[in-house]
Amino acid sequence: MAAFAAFSNRARQARHDRRARNRAATPATRTLISNVALNRARGKITYRIVLTLVIVVFTLVFIGPMYFLFTDAVKPTQEVIQTPPTLYPHSVDLGNFGDAWSRLDVGKMLWNTIYYAIGALAFQIVFDVAAAYSLSKLRPVLGNVVLFLMLATLMIPVTVLVVPQYVTVANMPFFHWNLIGTPEAIWLPSVANAFNIFLLKRFFDSIPAEYVDAAAVDGASAFATLWRIIMPMSRPILAVVSIFSLVAVWKDFLWPLLVEYGYTPTRETLNVGIWQAQVGVPENLLIAASAIAAVPTILFFLVFQRNIMSGLTAGGIRG
Amino acid sequence: MANVVTSVARRALAPPPVGGKRRKALLPRARRNGTAWGFLIGAVLAFSFFSWYPIVREVLMSFQKPVYGGGNTWAGWGNYVRIFRDPTFWQAWRNTVEFTVLALVIGYLVPFAVAILLNELRHARGYLRIIVYLPVMLPPASALLLFVYFYNPQYGLFDDVLHFLHLPTSQWVFQPGTGFISTAMVSVVIASTWMNMGSATLIYLAALQNIPGELYEAAELEGAGIFRRIRHVTIPQTRLILVLLLMLQVVATMQMFIESFVLTNGGGGVGNNTLSVVMLIYQYAFAMSGASNYNSASALGVVLLLVLALFSGGFLWATRERD
Repeated sequence: MAAFAAFSNRARQARHDRRARNRAATPATRTLISNVALNRARGKITYRIVLTLVIVVFTLVFIGPMYFLFTDAVKPTQEVIQTPPTLYPHSVDLGNFGDAWSRLDVGKMLWNTIYYAIGALAFQIVFDVAAAYSLSKLRPVLGNVVLFLMLATLMIPVTVLVVPQYVTVANMPFFHWNLIGTPEAIWLPSVANAFNIFLLKRFFDSIPAEYVDAAAVDGASAFATLWRIIMPMSRPILAVVSIFSLVAVWKDFLWPLLVEYGYTPTRETLNVGIWQAQVGVPENLLIAASAIAAVPTILFFLVFQRNIMSGLTAGGIRG
Repeated sequence: MANVVTSVARRALAPPPVGGKRRKALLPRARRNGTAWGFLIGAVLAFSFFSWYPIVREVLMSFQKPVYGGGNTWAGWGNYVRIFRDPTFWQAWRNTVEFTVLALVIGYLVPFAVAILLNELRHARGYLRIIVYLPVMLPPASALLLFVYFYNPQYGLFDDVLHFLHLPTSQWVFQPGTGFISTAMVSVVIASTWMNMGSATLIYLAALQNIPGELYEAAELEGAGIFRRIRHVTIPQTRLILVLLLMLQVVATMQMFIESFVLTNGGGGVGNNTLSVVMLIYQYAFAMSGASNYNSASALGVVLLLVLALFSGGFLWATRERD
């Protein structure tokens, strides 16, 4: 009981802190240039100029390309490839989205990607959380050796191993399953993610042993402790791990290209499918398909923006 | 309250104090270990099949060759000799180093400069952070196809801009030539930086916000200008992150694949001038119809692994804390 009270107090405190932080728009501590310098007449003018320049240039550089992604998607083919280009669509052809959707089978690819991503997320949450919990709180014999071997794989760059991984997935040792072309070819390898284990274990380590002990006194099994004590307390890190895992599947290219490429009906992810459509599909349809592919991620980002950004910095560093 | 609970729990969990037989203590311990391994086993199996075994297997495969009719036999250094004799191997390494260096000059310094700039602004911070990070969230193929379209020599936007400014137009990624700073590779680096720089920028921003303001105050009182403050306060204070990201970035850029693969539609550019090592692994293993060779590809993978391991090890050694 004390555990839950302490937890809800902490959550309230965290919410309070976050609100307070949001209210203070300007940094509390001084930065490179002091507020005093900026409040001088010359400072004010320079600051205004720099601010305007930064906003204009950054908008052009980062939003500009995306502007063309969405405007070119509705231009007819001739207008897309005409020189000089039109800055805005002179004739709007919304049918491009429909054409791209049916010709490239975007709907199927979108569904595939979501299916792979959610499945990989489920596998990672189940097995990586269980493993991190075991390594952090249950501490089995040889646990430290296993942890070391897992973390050691962080040193091995992923792309280097594509060939033996591919050969293994095509013919699993002992089982002799061929996973190529199945969703498991993406789901199962995603569990072997040392970074998840590291993040989760570090977070679980920070949960005081008192909570686990108290649960044990109340007769909770190891699973009940994980499910009812540890998991509810770990929501922030679970959010970080979930976002990383969804984004990873969404953005992966080489692995899905190897294991899900060339089936009818298509089993490709959006990322691979769009690349593959590069040949023989008119430019405007390709751009329309890219635009459709970009929309879910942009929405996802705008909704989970705060979690993603804090996860990026607080959850550790990932290139 | 919590303390009482804990001490009770400790007593309940502690092995019985009676000396007696050790068997009695062994059984619960075995059961606890069983439970713990039950939780661990899924991840251990996944690591065994998809991480640990492939690592071993890559080394084994690099010393094997297939036998006609099935099976493998030892090949000694044969695969290594074969890839070292392949001129494309050296070309791919040269390109990869070129990409890494260019990506460092552009992709490493630009995010840091952008972070310093954004940290000084008192307005529109949220907006700027979001738009800098937005390209990172796009599916890479979408982002790169956009650049394919911008770079297109016939109707691409970039050439139109150059034309409008009365500058000579370019073939961009398909510009022939293999000088150390080739137009083709710079084009790849530009696209790569655009779509990747957001994460580094945000990590730097977080690091900058942890610098104590008094340091800048003190430096300013001693008469240090903006650049000397950056040199003597900002950089030393963020050194750890700078060094770590430098290493991660080099390791990541050495594995460049999708950028060149999509921009050149899998080809590797004119005369392979943007072909990277990972692309060559892909070509050896999967793209040479009929002649695909997992063993040569494994040998190349081992070489890349060794180079990256040597680099990371050497880098960590060279930048270790010396006190």
